[in-house]
Amino acid sequence: MEIVDILISASFWAAVIRIATPLILATMGELICERAGVLNLGIEGIMVAGAFAGWMAVYSGTGLWMGVAVAMVVGMLFGLLHAALTVPFGLSQHVVGLGVTLLATSSTYFAYRLALPQVTSPPKIAAFQAYEIPILSDIPVLGQALFSQTPFTYLAFALVAATGIMLYRTPLGLAVRAAGESPAAVAAQGLSVTGIRMGAVIVGSGFMAMGGAFLTMSAFDSFFFEMVNGRGWVAIALVVFGSWKPGKALLGAVLFAGFDALQIRVQQTSLGADIPYQIFLMTPYILSIVALILVSRRAQVPAALMIPFNKGER
Amino acid sequence: MRLEPIANPSFARSVVPPALAIAATVVIASLLAMIAGADPFAVLGLIIKGAFGTKFALLETLNRATPLIFTGLAVAVAFRARFWNIGAEAQLYAGALVTVVLGTGALPWPGFALIPTLALGAVLAGALVLLVPAILKTRFGVDEVVTTLLLNFIFLLFISMLLEGPLKDPMGMGWPKSARLIADARLPRMFEGLRLHWGFGLAILCAVAVWVIQTRSTLGYEMRAVGLNRAAAAFAGIPVNRVLVKTALLSGGLAALAGFSEVAGLKGSLTLDLSPGFGYTGIIVAMLALLNPLGVIVTAMFVAGIFVGADSMSRAAAVPTYLADMMLATALLLMVLAIMLTRFRVRRE
Repeated sequence: MEIVDILISASFWAAVIRIATPLILATMGELICERAGVLNLGIEGIMVAGAFAGWMAVYSGTGLWMGVAVAMVVGMLFGLLHAALTVPFGLSQHVVGLGVTLLATSSTYFAYRLALPQVTSPPKIAAFQAYEIPILSDIPVLGQALFSQTPFTYLAFALVAATGIMLYRTPLGLAVRAAGESPAAVAAQGLSVTGIRMGAVIVGSGFMAMGGAFLTMSAFDSFFFEMVNGRGWVAIALVVFGSWKPGKALLGAVLFAGFDALQIRVQQTSLGADIPYQIFLMTPYILSIVALILVSRRAQVPAALMIPFNKGER
Repeated sequence: MRLEPIANPSFARSVVPPALAIAATVVIASLLAMIAGADPFAVLGLIIKGAFGTKFALLETLNRATPLIFTGLAVAVAFRARFWNIGAEAQLYAGALVTVVLGTGALPWPGFALIPTLALGAVLAGALVLLVPAILKTRFGVDEVVTTLLLNFIFLLFISMLLEGPLKDPMGMGWPKSARLIADARLPRMFEGLRLHWGFGLAILCAVAVWVIQTRSTLGYEMRAVGLNRAAAAFAGIPVNRVLVKTALLSGGLAALAGFSEVAGLKGSLTLDLSPGFGYTGIIVAMLALLNPLGVIVTAMFVAGIFVGADSMSRAAAVPTYLADMMLATALLLMVLAIMLTRFRVRRE
C-alpha cells in the first residue's frame, strides 16, 4: 500500500526527473561520442571535473549560467585530450578513457585542496531554484513533476531534443553517424573522419561535465568527493540500454531514476526498516547490469565503435 | 595526419619516446608543484627521499607495492587477452572477505595448513567474482567494462553490509570492522626484524608464475592469440570463449590475492578502507609495464614509491597528495602515446 502511495505522489515524480537530469546529460554526451565511433570512459572523471568547475566558478562570483559554461568548457578540454589521443593516434580507447578519468578526478581533488585548504565542510552556493512554468505546472502529478524543476533540467531536456534533431535531421548528424558506422565512406565523401570524431568527443564531454555540474549547482549546492559515485558508468550502460538512440536513452534514464527514487522512499517505510540500506543502494547498479543483459542480444552497436580509422589503410 | 608502421625500429626509436614521456611527466609534476606554491626541486626531492631514502621508507614502499603487484598482474593477464577487467577492486575485497571469514577462528588450524587454505579460498572467491562478467560476456555478449566497473560498487556495498551486520567485530567499539585474524592466520615476516611480510614474496612468485604461463604454456599462447585477433584465433581453432573464461579466472584470482595479502600480512582485519583504489591503480601498473608480468614488479614499486613519497612530501611541503595521482595518470597517458610512437611514424598528409 505504501508503495502505491509513493507512486501517485507528485513529489516522487519530481524527484525522478531531478535524479534523471545528470544521467540524461551524461548519457547524451556518451551517446554522441559513441555514435561517432569513440567509447569515452573518461566520463566519470569528466563529470567530477564539471561538478567542481561549475560550483567553484559560482563560488568565486560568476553567475549560475556562467558556471554551467565554465563546467562545459572544462569538460571539453578533457574531451580534447581524450580525442587527440584516441582519434588521430588511434590509442586504446579503454586505456585512454580510464587515464582521462584518473587525471580529471585527481586534478579536481588537487585543485579543490589548493583552492580550499582549510575547510572541513565545503562552502555552499546559491544553487538553481525551481521555476514553475505557468499553467503547465498546475496539471496534477505529471505537470507538477515535469514543470516545476530548475531551469537546468529544462535545458537538459532541450539538449536531448537538440541531439535527436542534430543526429537524424541534419547533414552534420549524418556525418557523425556515418563516422561511427562506416568511416571509410565518410572519408570517400571528402570529409574528415578525424575532425568529426574529435568534434563529437569534445562536445559530448561538454555534456558530461554539465551532468556533473547539475549535481553541485542544482541537485545540491556544494561539492563533495565521490559525489558522482559511478553515475558516469551507469550512463555508459544507459547508452547501450537505449540502443544508441537519444529518445530511448532518455526513457532509460528516467526509468532508472524511477527505481532510484523508489528505493530511497521504500527505505523509509516499514518494509525498508528490516532490510539493510546497502541492499537499496545496490539496486541501481544491479538494475544497470540486468538492463545490459536484457538488451545485449539485440543491441545495434555502431559498427565502427572502438575501431580507430587510419586513412589509407583498407 | 597518417600513421605508418615502422618495419625495423632503430634503438633510438624504441628508447627516446618512452624517455621523453617520463621527462614530460616530471616537468608537469614540477609545474604542478609550482602552482601549489612550492619549490619543484624540493618537492621532487622529498618524494624520492620519502619513497626510497631511508630503510623505513623503502620497506613502506615495498609493502605498498605488494597489493599493486597482484592487481597489476591481474590487469596484465586480462588486458593481454583484451578482456577488460576493471573490477580488480571487487575481486580484491572478495579475497579479503574469504580471509576474514575463514581466518578469524572458523578454522582452528596451524599456520602451515591455514595460510595456504586462506590463499586458495581467496583465489577461488576472486575468480568467482570475475566469472560473472566473463560468462555474461561470452554467453550474452554483455560488455565486461561496464559490468566489472559496476560490480566494484555492488561489492563494496556488500562488504559494507557484512561489516555492519554478521561480520561486525563485537569488540570494535561500534566501528564497521571485522574481528582480527587469529595468530596462525597471519603471514610471517620475510626477514627477522624487517617490517616486510611474505605477501611480498608471494607476489614475486606469482609474477614469475604468470610469466611462465604466458611465455611457456599453451594457455599463454592462446591468451595472446585471442588478444591479438579474436576472429583469427577462432579460425585457427582456439576456443576463444573458453580461453576468455580461463583468463578471467586467473585474473580474478590474482586480484583476490591482493586482498588476502593485505589482510593476512598487514592489516589483520577487514575495513571498508582496506584498498585506496589498488584495483584501479593496477591498471596503471600493468600498462606502464607494457603488460609484462616481470615488468609489473618494477612498475609496482615505482608507482608505490610515488604514493609513499607523495604522502611524506605532503606532510613537509604544502602540496596536496593528489599530486601523486595526477603524476601517474599523466605518466599513463604519455606512456601509451610513447609506446605507439616507437612502432609508428607520424606522416603529414
